[in-house]
Amino acid sequence: MTKLAQWLWGLALLGSTWAALTMGALGLELPSSFREVLWPLPAYLLVSAGCYALGTVGYRVATFHDCEDAARELQSQIQEARADLTRRGLRF
Amino acid sequence: MAAEEASRSSPRSRREPKGRAPREDKYSVLLPTYNERENLPLIVWLLVKSFSESGFNYEIIIIDDGSPDGTRDVAEQLEKIYGSDRILLRPREKKLGLGTAYIHGMKHATGNYIIIMDADLSHHPKFIPEFIRKQKEGNFDIVSGTRYRGNGGVYGWDLKRKIISRVANFITQILLRPGASDLTGSFRLYRKEVLQKLIGKCISKGYVFQMEMIVRARQLNYTIGEVPISFVDRVYGESKLGGNEIVSFLKGLLTLFATT
Repeated sequence: MTKLAQWLWGLALLGSTWAALTMGALGLELPSSFREVLWPLPAYLLVSAGCYALGTVGYRVATFHDCEDAARELQSQIQEARADLTRRGLRF
Repeated sequence: MAAEEASRSSPRSRREPKGRAPREDKYSVLLPTYNERENLPLIVWLLVKSFSESGFNYEIIIIDDGSPDGTRDVAEQLEKIYGSDRILLRPREKKLGLGTAYIHGMKHATGNYIIIMDADLSHHPKFIPEFIRKQKEGNFDIVSGTRYRGNGGVYGWDLKRKIISRVANFITQILLRPGASDLTGSFRLYRKEVLQKLIGKCISKGYVFQMEMIVRARQLNYTIGEVPISFVDRVYGESKLGGNEIVSFLKGLLTLFATT
């Protein structure tokens, strides 16, 4: 099954369960407080997902490691390489 | 029984002077180049240094796509300096794709492991011994360098570039759940037969090609290990990440999402 298919199945399953429960199609006697939470649940989940995404990406950007040392090391190695290669006869 | 014991202590376990002893690993580094006259000697020097210091057996295969800046001339000089058993020149007439460059390079590779990397000094050969150790440690089919985990990182990216990178990676992780943290990276070690198999199955280009390799690898149940690397981008200033590239990345990502 492709990832798209997995997503569609998952959404269809959750969506139909939610719809069935909110419309009372399963004939269950649900307390009204339960239904009050259930009805806006998809919207809540969407907003939560959005916040999670923003928070995660923000955290990852903030902690994105800057490799200052690597750049410095590379620079000095470039000098070393050029000197050594010139010694060995390379014409740049 | 006695015969087996005798053969185990025979000269067969000594390193053979030519070619490769049956149990010795050899690493073929594929370097596709286009207009890398400046960088090619430097990357080769760093590769030779890294391999000599770590003692692993290697060869470097330079696949130049008819660079007009004289890259080939520099490559020939390097071959003279380091020997044609270490530096193999396998050029092509004109600029063709990366996938075909790998296929072309692999035809001439005598190693049983292939290392792919960029020739513009953004990938540092000092990580190769770490890739090799990681591969042996977990007997992985693929070892991928990651900029996003451990003490992996980047030099030379401004805030905008970092944001784009993290957002793209986040969306990729959510949609593809690939089991590897850095999908667009191209600094990797593959078992030769694994790389051959994967290239046969991949159809995308550019960034998405590297992503597709990992996705297909997971489909085929290959194991992937990761090693944090530092990516020193000296090119970013000249070549900004354009809208075009972002669009084609998204198209490629959605295609993979819908087809794998």
